[in-house]
Amino acid sequence: MEIHRFEKRWFVVSLVLIIAFIATIVYGAAGVGVQMIDDDGGQIDPSNVRNAQGFSDPGVHQAGDGEYDVYVIAYQFAFEPGSNDPIRVPADTRITFHVTSSDTIHGFSVVGTNLNTMVIPGQVAKFTTVFNETGTYGVVCHEYCGDGHHTMAGTIEVVPEDEFDGGSNTTDMEGGN
Amino acid sequence: MAHPHETETETETETTGASTATDTEGRLAFVERYPADARIIRWCFLIAFGALGVGGLFGMIQALHRTGVFRGFVSSTDYYTILTGHGVLLALVFTTFFIVGLFTWATVKGFERSIYRERLTPLWFAMLVIGTLLAAVAILGGLSESIPMSADVLFTFYAPMQAHPAFYIGAALLIVGSWVGGANYFLAYREWRSDNPDERIPLQSFMVLTTMLMWYVATIGVAVEVVVFLIPWSLGLIAEVDPLFTRTLFWYFGHPVVYFWLLPAYLLWYTVLPKLSGGRLFSDGLARIVFVLFLVLSTPTGFHHQYLDPGIPEGFKFVAMTNTMFLLLPSLLTAFTVVASMEHGARQRGGTGYLGWLRTLPWANPAFSGMALAGIMFAAAGFSGMVNAGMNLNYLVHNTLWVPGHFHLTVGTAFALTVMAGSFWLVPQITGKRLRWRPLASIQPYVWFFGMLLMSNAMHRAGLLGVPRRTAEPQYPNTPGVDFAGGVGGIGEMRMQIAIGGTLLFVALLLFLGVMARTWLGKKGGQLAVNGRIPPAMSDPEDSPRVLDNLRLWTAIAVLLVILAYVLPLVGMAGDGLFSPGSGPIPMWLFP
Repeated sequence: MEIHRFEKRWFVVSLVLIIAFIATIVYGAAGVGVQMIDDDGGQIDPSNVRNAQGFSDPGVHQAGDGEYDVYVIAYQFAFEPGSNDPIRVPADTRITFHVTSSDTIHGFSVVGTNLNTMVIPGQVAKFTTVFNETGTYGVVCHEYCGDGHHTMAGTIEVVPEDEFDGGSNTTDMEGGN
Repeated sequence: MAHPHETETETETETTGASTATDTEGRLAFVERYPADARIIRWCFLIAFGALGVGGLFGMIQALHRTGVFRGFVSSTDYYTILTGHGVLLALVFTTFFIVGLFTWATVKGFERSIYRERLTPLWFAMLVIGTLLAAVAILGGLSESIPMSADVLFTFYAPMQAHPAFYIGAALLIVGSWVGGANYFLAYREWRSDNPDERIPLQSFMVLTTMLMWYVATIGVAVEVVVFLIPWSLGLIAEVDPLFTRTLFWYFGHPVVYFWLLPAYLLWYTVLPKLSGGRLFSDGLARIVFVLFLVLSTPTGFHHQYLDPGIPEGFKFVAMTNTMFLLLPSLLTAFTVVASMEHGARQRGGTGYLGWLRTLPWANPAFSGMALAGIMFAAAGFSGMVNAGMNLNYLVHNTLWVPGHFHLTVGTAFALTVMAGSFWLVPQITGKRLRWRPLASIQPYVWFFGMLLMSNAMHRAGLLGVPRRTAEPQYPNTPGVDFAGGVGGIGEMRMQIAIGGTLLFVALLLFLGVMARTWLGKKGGQLAVNGRIPPAMSDPEDSPRVLDNLRLWTAIAVLLVILAYVLPLVGMAGDGLFSPGSGPIPMWLFP
């Protein structure tokens, strides 16, 4: 089969482009260390979320020195914590989120960042991040979950590490300021 | 070495000869030669255009509602009914009906014989119509309290959200109806093959057959999801389904379905667009290679819609990512061939210079300009698609407005605008009525292009700021931290562009439907000003390897790749039981 020489060149350039794209992704994963959501978070019984380890007391828990776990339950149409009480976390520490749903599929997207996961009943989405900047971050549910979907949002407050009063939401409320 | 037909154009001045519905060469037009086939194609197009009109109206309502420009059409609860209708009517009904009609035309043209069958053809048509009615009633029932049905589940219908059983049964009938329609083409192929044992499969027929084989492989996922899981579950026969497992079955189908939309557009770009440009297809063999690549690579890519899903190991996502990236290859090859064919046509028409030849193309002919503009937008869509496919970049844009911004360039323009352009050329041939209101038709593709330019660029940019998709009111006035700040122009400017663009798109749609209605209601007879003759490619099909026509081989490879990509993850998910971790139904029976 005769292929025009321009077309051959185009073919080669296309292949180089494709391989370069794959290379950037491999670099992003292996070099920069961009984490993927995967099966690390394990499974959970969606009808019995509140009896599962961690989710029985949703909120922020210190897991070690400079390490915190955040357990969040998503349901129609709120994040707990997040919607009624903000999720307060210290800056410059390793924050590991565990997010699950007790009803439909939801999304958990921290606006303006690449912190983003699907929240699927039966699965726990687990991902770790470090907030380098203090401030207020918005969280939106980005998967349609019912007629109140557009009201489902929440807030993360990142405070300086030395101002963080530790512990879960209940501690937050007792701490007052 | 100019062949006489290379200078053929679609202008009316060229039309000579017979005064009845014949083409310019004095041969009978399609409708006269194959009346039974033309009739079924007309019915398919009629339903496709009806779905396009209603779905498009819903689209404009959404554009005005979610940007906050005008919220008087529906409540924010009913927004999701409208959104479900928009997705199902356009992505499933409009596409499927137009495609089965177009493929009937292409198969008849390719094999030069009627493919109408007394029982089979009405059977698949009835399945498609009944499926559409069931799904449409279930969805639109959500707007009226007097209809006790609803299906506010969007066109992805993720469990455990549950629609009325009629919705799932309708969806299943649509899929199975398209399978039976495909049997029509394969039976025609078998007959043609027994008459022509040594010939190469005609190019248009080859494109139809490879696309349908891809479709058979791809739809297995959604058929199993709907028939084995969702229908029994919605009827209460099984209590629970596994949301991740059913969702994975959906996306097994959910990516290749876009090639079921795209490849018919490619069929028109490869075979009709070069002719409209005044020339011929550049390479027959490469066109075949492109379609074989799509057959082989389309399906084992679905996990790229699930990069952010928990419960799926990273390795499977990585495999899907590499397959997806290699799918760029046939589209990049298509870009070359289509542009080269257009340039060839332009030079036949006297075009010169590096880019000066562009001026000689028939930009006033809506069949040409629509397809060419659709191709340009598809190039832009290719680049935003590469971002989607980039496993780690995807985290920035997943489920943001970026994603519908992307697919309104692909299915919403590369497919839809090509369909409208193709209809300006094809409808006269299947009705025997010449195109009316030509001036309106001439501007239609430009209105669509401009409207989409506004809407899509703004949607992409708003997505980068984190504005979610599928939301009636993406404003969140009561939530601190959600202000979508930044971005050139700001969020207010983006919302205006989306609202204006969405309105312009609906205007373009009305122009199209008006031209179609006027043409359809016109008198039969007179000169059609178009002819269905497709000039052969510059390179002869015999120059390409015969193995390209070995459909069994390519299907076997496609199935093998699907097994490699999907068996391990599906076994992993089903390891704890097919229905576990299970979720009971959460009915989406929303009433205002």
